[in-house]
Amino acid sequence: MKKNEISGDPLNGVWKFFASVKLTVTLLLTLACTSIIGTVIPQNENPAAYFHEYGEFLYRIFSFLDIFDMYHSWWFQFLILFLTINIIVCSIDRLSSTWKIVFAKEISFDIAKLRKSYKEEFSGNRTPEELKSLFLPVVSGSFKYTKVEETETGFVIFAEKGRWTRLGVYAVHLSVVLLLAGGLAGSFFGFDGSVNIPEGESVKSIILRNTGREQPLDFEIRCDDFNVSFYESGAPKEYLSKLTILENGKPVYNKDIIVNDPIRFKGINIFQSSYGTLKPKEISISFTNRETGMIYRRKASVGEEINLPEAFGKFVIKEYSDAYDFRGHNLGEAFLGILTPLKGDPAEVILPMRFPSFDKMRKDELIISVEDAGRRYYTGLQVTRDPGVPVVYTGFVVMILGCFTSFFMSHKRLCVEVVKKGGKSRVMVAGIANKNKLGMEVRTQRMAKLLSEKAVT
Amino acid sequence: MNSSNLLSITTFIYGFAAFFYIFAVVFKKPLAGRFGTWTALAGIAGNISGIALRWVESYKMGIGHAPLSNLYESLVFFALLIVVIYLVIERSYGNRTIGAFTTPLAFLAMAYASLSPNISDRIQPLVPALKSNWLIAHVITCFVGYAAFAIAFGLSIMFLFKRNDSKEEGHFLKLFPDMKILDELSHQMIMFGFLFLSAGIITGAVWANSAWGRYWGWDPKETWSLITWFVYATLIHARFMRGWHEKRLAYLSIIGFAAVLFTYFGVNLLPGLHSYGQ
Ligand code: HEM
Repeated sequence: MKKNEISGDPLNGVWKFFASVKLTVTLLLTLACTSIIGTVIPQNENPAAYFHEYGEFLYRIFSFLDIFDMYHSWWFQFLILFLTINIIVCSIDRLSSTWKIVFAKEISFDIAKLRKSYKEEFSGNRTPEELKSLFLPVVSGSFKYTKVEETETGFVIFAEKGRWTRLGVYAVHLSVVLLLAGGLAGSFFGFDGSVNIPEGESVKSIILRNTGREQPLDFEIRCDDFNVSFYESGAPKEYLSKLTILENGKPVYNKDIIVNDPIRFKGINIFQSSYGTLKPKEISISFTNRETGMIYRRKASVGEEINLPEAFGKFVIKEYSDAYDFRGHNLGEAFLGILTPLKGDPAEVILPMRFPSFDKMRKDELIISVEDAGRRYYTGLQVTRDPGVPVVYTGFVVMILGCFTSFFMSHKRLCVEVVKKGGKSRVMVAGIANKNKLGMEVRTQRMAKLLSEKAVT
Repeated sequence: MNSSNLLSITTFIYGFAAFFYIFAVVFKKPLAGRFGTWTALAGIAGNISGIALRWVESYKMGIGHAPLSNLYESLVFFALLIVVIYLVIERSYGNRTIGAFTTPLAFLAMAYASLSPNISDRIQPLVPALKSNWLIAHVITCFVGYAAFAIAFGLSIMFLFKRNDSKEEGHFLKLFPDMKILDELSHQMIMFGFLFLSAGIITGAVWANSAWGRYWGWDPKETWSLITWFVYATLIHARFMRGWHEKRLAYLSIIGFAAVLFTYFGVNLLPGLHSYGQ
């Protein structure tokens, strides 16, 4: 009503624009098409890599359009904003009339409209009075609400159910708004970062994923132990970190976490996400004289020079590798050292952990082998806070319920009109639903069949 | 007999079912259609036994998990759902011509799973991230949705054929259901699919949140499932728009199914990582 009063008002034009389904279709299609871009062009990579890939000209255009982080770009957010306004305006626009139908005090039936919808007619050989008592239980057996009206020549039964299902669509649209609101809350008040903790150590802050900045925490996370197990094929089977949360230096909570089973503590979630090995601190190395069988044991760290007995000279471990590549073979964890004899040239020595006698291949007088790498693991944790999650999850539930309601349920109305014809009666059964008209036709047919069995004896 | 053999045989059975259904339409031989139904039922039996056997085999190998963890297993499941949903429709509408447009899709899915050199039918152990009940819910809901969209796609193709119906009496297009029914039925399938696709995206998001603490990350697979969702949401709303007749809706349904296929197969060609589906 109000809208008509102010027609001609520019605001009315804006309202109409945002209430239209045409805009919805346009926006949804635009979102579908533009979303493709970010799947074809990898997102959030190094600017130099983009520059190299696309050349200066395209790089400038893409940068201007935020193509390299398009899902957070101004124009994409603008589309989503428009969609949100569209949903809200459209829902407000229609809600009042739906509300009137759903929450009407006096349920009114429009028999003329029902007569025009799908109907079945048949004659019965009983009087309307008899039929009324026969029909009523049948109809109210499958409809929640029934009402009988007497007419001059007989009676009419009105029945209906599923009035509330008209609100399903609003639930779906509300759920979309909830998802967007939850997402927004998460991006304003949440964070997403990661941290690596060596076994036995603890941290008080994490590194944020987007900005690379440090984010302090209100508590300390300590990694007491880390374990990784493997399948026979070598694929990882399970990662497990024993974590303790400390507040003011005192342990307050502990839990073993695995992938898919995080810690949730004071609104902060701690996930197992990766692991690695730390540079060994103290490596135990053995040196064997091939001829005499004499074994010397020494301890050293990477880069530390060891003076060897006899005339073997000096040895130093130069570097450590997780996966040493030897002529195309992965030797796994290995150390790389340099042996400098008193006389002669320095030689490079490869010491894979998995193959202790590997150095025999060098065919030297001295055989070197690493006995204990003093290896330590660190656990890689993802640490997040997202206060929007409860809102988003509510949106999820509302969306599923709303979709189910609006797709598979409907407001069904039925009327059975009985008119006296001599000592017999003429019956009309008409049904109408706001959705799935074919389905309602079938129901009406079935009801008519049931009733005609009662009407004829 | 191991599960892979059983499923290869199922592929052929579906091939025969598709052949019978198509034969029945093209040569207007209802009897062949009935053969099609029985063959499809046999295919379902083989398909279900194959999946069950695979499940048992994985436990015998000591890495027991539901057979829904890689591309091969999902394709096999996808084929099963297409045929099951189709047979439900066949029963309630009593028209076998739809089989000619849907069972070939099941056959193609199975043939691709069995024959493509890129798809391994080995039973692999689960990496830690895949050990989640949400993953199982995610795969099941997504593939129910995809199967419904596949059938809607078949129905939309039939609709477009029927639109160009020749007036000639006795033409095989006369066997097709009415345009009104085709349109209504494909709409039903799309609503059904949309509900399950939404549930699939949601369970995927919940799974991601339980594994990585992030329910949405705009990775290509996620984004493509959202694109698919946008396309079908467009279709659902386009029905409410005046001037959008059914032909355009049929085209949208075909585009939607193309998006499904891309979400399913094409995404592996794109840069980026989705731990599932490789
Ligand atoms: C991503 C966003 C959206 C989703 C997922 C969505 C979903 C839905 C669903 C599931 C239905 C029910 C369809 C049916 O009953 O067959 C529907 C109906 C409808 N939607 Fe949306 N919608 C969205 C956005 C919008 C927007 C922005 C508008 C604004 C105009 C809108 C307007 C409508 C209208 C008018 C109906 C028909 C209601 C009726 O049955 O009378 N939708 N929508």
